[in-house]
Amino acid sequence: MLPFVRIGPLLLQLPGLVLLAGIWIGTNVVEKQASRLSLNAAAVLNMIMAGLFGGLLGARLLYALEHINAYVAAPLSLFALSATAMDAWGGLLVCLAAAYLYGRAKSLPLRLTLDALAPGLVVFMIAIGLASLLSGGGYGSPLRAPWAIQLWGDYRHPTQIYEMLLAVGVFLIWKFTSMGTDAPGRSFWRVLALLAAARIFTEAFHGDSAVLPGGFRLAQVAGLLVLGAAMYMDRRWAPPEPASPGAPSRPRRATPARRPVKAQAKRTIPSRSKPPRTLPK
Amino acid sequence: MAPPRQKTPSRLHALRSFIAQPPSPVLVMTFVLAVAWVALTRVPASAVPAAAAPPGPRQGFAAPDFTLETLDGSQLTLSALRGHPVMLNLWASWCLPCRVEMPAIERVYQRHREDGLVVIGLNVTAQDSEAAARAFAQEFGLSFPIVLDRDGAASARYELMGLPSTYFIDRQGIIREVIIGGPMSEAVMLSHVQDLLQEP
Repeated sequence: MLPFVRIGPLLLQLPGLVLLAGIWIGTNVVEKQASRLSLNAAAVLNMIMAGLFGGLLGARLLYALEHINAYVAAPLSLFALSATAMDAWGGLLVCLAAAYLYGRAKSLPLRLTLDALAPGLVVFMIAIGLASLLSGGGYGSPLRAPWAIQLWGDYRHPTQIYEMLLAVGVFLIWKFTSMGTDAPGRSFWRVLALLAAARIFTEAFHGDSAVLPGGFRLAQVAGLLVLGAAMYMDRRWAPPEPASPGAPSRPRRATPARRPVKAQAKRTIPSRSKPPRTLPK
Repeated sequence: MAPPRQKTPSRLHALRSFIAQPPSPVLVMTFVLAVAWVALTRVPASAVPAAAAPPGPRQGFAAPDFTLETLDGSQLTLSALRGHPVMLNLWASWCLPCRVEMPAIERVYQRHREDGLVVIGLNVTAQDSEAAARAFAQEFGLSFPIVLDRDGAASARYELMGLPSTYFIDRQGIIREVIIGGPMSEAVMLSHVQDLLQEP
């Protein structure tokens, strides 16, 4: 654990710096993937920035609304640099909404854009694991084993390291397999499903789980919902099965036919382990 | 005569066709395993509650206890304040952010002292001096108790990493928020204090 480094009068918060580095590396990976998918990389990066700034602004404004008495008494505090004065879930929703609206305004194709974002999401999850390790957050339950780490007065599961390793594994699967490259959008849902499965697994070793009635861990239940949704969307966005000769014709799925992104559903996505090539227009 | 309109698959039709297709066995197995894992790894009812857990300077842990002498010579024990929300601020007179945030801490204390809020200013005297701490308290007109950590033992129990450090402790003695570094804005202090005051 190394949450702070003092440099003269400055107290540098290392977890925050790691998260910033994660965003920077993640956006670089997204930029490369966007170029590979023949997307407007600049527009994708601007979309990420719109999401981040919108999310930060939304998180602070929602927090201020929830504590309106405090902010009426000291309105200038609205601009204070404080990571604790944020509504995290509200900020996430505003972030997603801002990014979605920006993407729509710039006519970014939803499915390919999601595919471009997938590796950035994994890189950010690795950064979250490292930031948690530095801050001592997301700590594990007590453990007596050689790989236990000493934290908060006990030997504990190194849950932050488990999470980092699994996220690295998801990145390697994304990078070196053709997972989800048969149709636009599937790569994103599969990456999301793997990340959700990883979280469901590691949460069992956490010592700081929020617990629901019945002893269920909140993060695992949320992970199950994400996993189910990602599996559903992955199947829904699957390419249509080729009709066998003589077989009765079956109506195709509604989504590719209904959406204006019909053309992109027919594209093939270049394999990530091979050099990029131009997609057919 | 207009050509007959081609019928497009409706949303309902798409859903029916989706359900009709058999799901991939791998996906079904993954989901079933995930559900089983969630059920198997539930937190048992016998799990140690936070209040009974060993103390630690971390959100969700019991606040490490201390008994220290105040500037006016009396003794103050943290655990004796159970039933009151406590804002514990670790500071030193040479620390610039501490100087910046201290007037706001005093205002928050004045605003909520009648509601039961207790503010403790823990001077890290091992890295400061008693005379400097006294002069500091007089300069800012601090009315809440200032305790002196002469040997640094209390700061060590809080694993002091930077000044100022502020701990918001609930009525049960559990740390609910930790803010390392500063200066904290007045609204941030007020929001955390008001959250604590609203709890039974």
